[in-house]
Amino acid sequence: MTRERLVNAVILLGLLGTALGAWAMDAPYTITLATKVAILALAGVGLNIALGLGGLVSLGHAVFFGIGGYAMGILASHAQSYSPILTTPFVIEGTKSMPVIWLVAILASALAGLVIGALSLRTSGVYFIMITLAFGQMFFYFAISWPAYGGEDGLSIYVRNGFPGLNTLDPIQFFLICFVLLALGLGLTARLARSAFGLALTSARQNAARVQAVGISPYRLRLVAFMLSGMVTGLAGALYADLNRFVSPTMFSWQTSGEIMVFIILGGVGRLFGPVVGAAVFIVLEHVLGGLSEYWHIYLGALLLLVVLFARGGIIGLVAGREVAHD
Amino acid sequence: MSAVLFIEQVLNGLQLGVMLFLMAAGLTLIFGVMGLINLAHGSLYMVGAFAAAAVAGATGSFLLALMASLAAAAAAGAVVEVLVIRRLYARDHLDQVLATFALILIFSEGTRWIFGSFPLFLDIPAVLSGPVTLPGGIAYPKYRLAIILAGLAVAGGLYLLITRTRIGIQIRAGEADREMIAALGVDISKLYTLVFALGAALAGFAGALVGAIQSVQVGMGEPVLILAFVVIVIGGIGSIKGAFVGALLVGMTDTLGRFLLPGLFGLMMDPSAATTVGSALASMLIYVLMALVLLVRPTGLYGTA
Repeated sequence: MTRERLVNAVILLGLLGTALGAWAMDAPYTITLATKVAILALAGVGLNIALGLGGLVSLGHAVFFGIGGYAMGILASHAQSYSPILTTPFVIEGTKSMPVIWLVAILASALAGLVIGALSLRTSGVYFIMITLAFGQMFFYFAISWPAYGGEDGLSIYVRNGFPGLNTLDPIQFFLICFVLLALGLGLTARLARSAFGLALTSARQNAARVQAVGISPYRLRLVAFMLSGMVTGLAGALYADLNRFVSPTMFSWQTSGEIMVFIILGGVGRLFGPVVGAAVFIVLEHVLGGLSEYWHIYLGALLLLVVLFARGGIIGLVAGREVAHD
Repeated sequence: MSAVLFIEQVLNGLQLGVMLFLMAAGLTLIFGVMGLINLAHGSLYMVGAFAAAAVAGATGSFLLALMASLAAAAAAGAVVEVLVIRRLYARDHLDQVLATFALILIFSEGTRWIFGSFPLFLDIPAVLSGPVTLPGGIAYPKYRLAIILAGLAVAGGLYLLITRTRIGIQIRAGEADREMIAALGVDISKLYTLVFALGAALAGFAGALVGAIQSVQVGMGEPVLILAFVVIVIGGIGSIKGAFVGALLVGMTDTLGRFLLPGLFGLMMDPSAATTVGSALASMLIYVLMALVLLVRPTGLYGTA
């Protein structure tokens, strides 16, 4: 386990070092790429709670990513046009404050997680995969056909939202915000995995009947895990929309769900830092291969296929050895 | 709203349903026999459509194009099964999802590389173009009617294949007990390749038929794939009968929802708002239907637990 810890520390410091180095060399684009890695990694960390700890193969996490994105888009667009979101029965104004947007994104994701989870968790296995996928499509088509917030074209925000005491327009400061949130997300997952709840959840993945027999409801455990998972991914969605100052139905698309899952697999299933490595590799590949060939998705697909078929511990598994429980 | 328009929409719903059945039948067969969830099924639909468009462009014959779609999709399916899918049967669903997701990336970008990003067009054959007048004075496009009939014929053929032939017996036995039929001397890996190629051919056939109504382009398969997932979740995974009922249910719900909901909301609110709300809800309707079915029967209409 110490070797994996070392690898984890290297990964985290590597990400921070890349951004700080780019800052020192005045390369804002590299900082933006590092920010993107941090945000996408956070989305993966969220999914990893459901997938890695709970064994819930959700192919619909774009729902939360998109809800987070639209929470930011809707609140900020109302603030930017000085029009209240709601006038009756009471007035709700838009906002440009990140903490408020984050809170709304997390709460909205929790609510969506509760509803989707309550329905989807009635099933398991391949049904669960297909149903979460279908719920993702439902949100996708709704976002496309609902014209109030841009419909198919999405919503643009002129200025990035603010955080008290910081200048979020400065790339390195925005990176640090995202990096701290990623670290918090990782810390939360690590604590969760060691808590009584996390242990029960892990046992429910390995043998649901036994968990049931000792008087714990696997359904409830999974529902809470699914909600927590969605909340973290929702937060990442709000950050991602802020990074691009743009939100569109693409955030809800099933490819987004697939990509978030790809981060976890490239890094290694059941590894705390799997999503961070996976997101970093994904962004680097996108950048390097995307420059070489317009058709870089072929290489990404081939790499993913090789990892799934032959390197089941993912990249961390290759580097840190395979002593993690993988069932 | 006239009755003629309504019947036309019912036929459109039937047409969508029949096409979804061709997709869903392959998916549910592959899941039932091999226990595999195949996201790349939409890519095989796309392969069929592109093969048909390429052959029709070269020869001008729609019949040859249809045969090409069957052959190309079946061949692509068989190759993919032997190279990749075969290694996934013993894996968990997560690995299957990811490996087939990787296949989608490879298929989509590969097709874009060969054919370019611009959509191709597949012309409806002259014999089937134009409308036909149905009893009651309803004019309906001949080609769409032909699609409905072709789809129903394939569904019938599939039913006969599964219930009346030796291959069908082996497929049903494979669903029931894999080890046992291997022990009885059936070459199970050959059977798996065959089932996969059969499912692929059905998807490719659907792609070619629909390709003549819509444009043939990269990414055309995935929306249909997800609808087919909804179909088999509603019908019960592994059940061909469920896939048929589910496909018609989804086809009708989607088409009639888009047709009726805006008018329905028009009774309660002003027309422009009604169109907005109605069309937004119509696009979600089949997912609501799926959620309702699952509330009552978590394993689908014809599924077994």
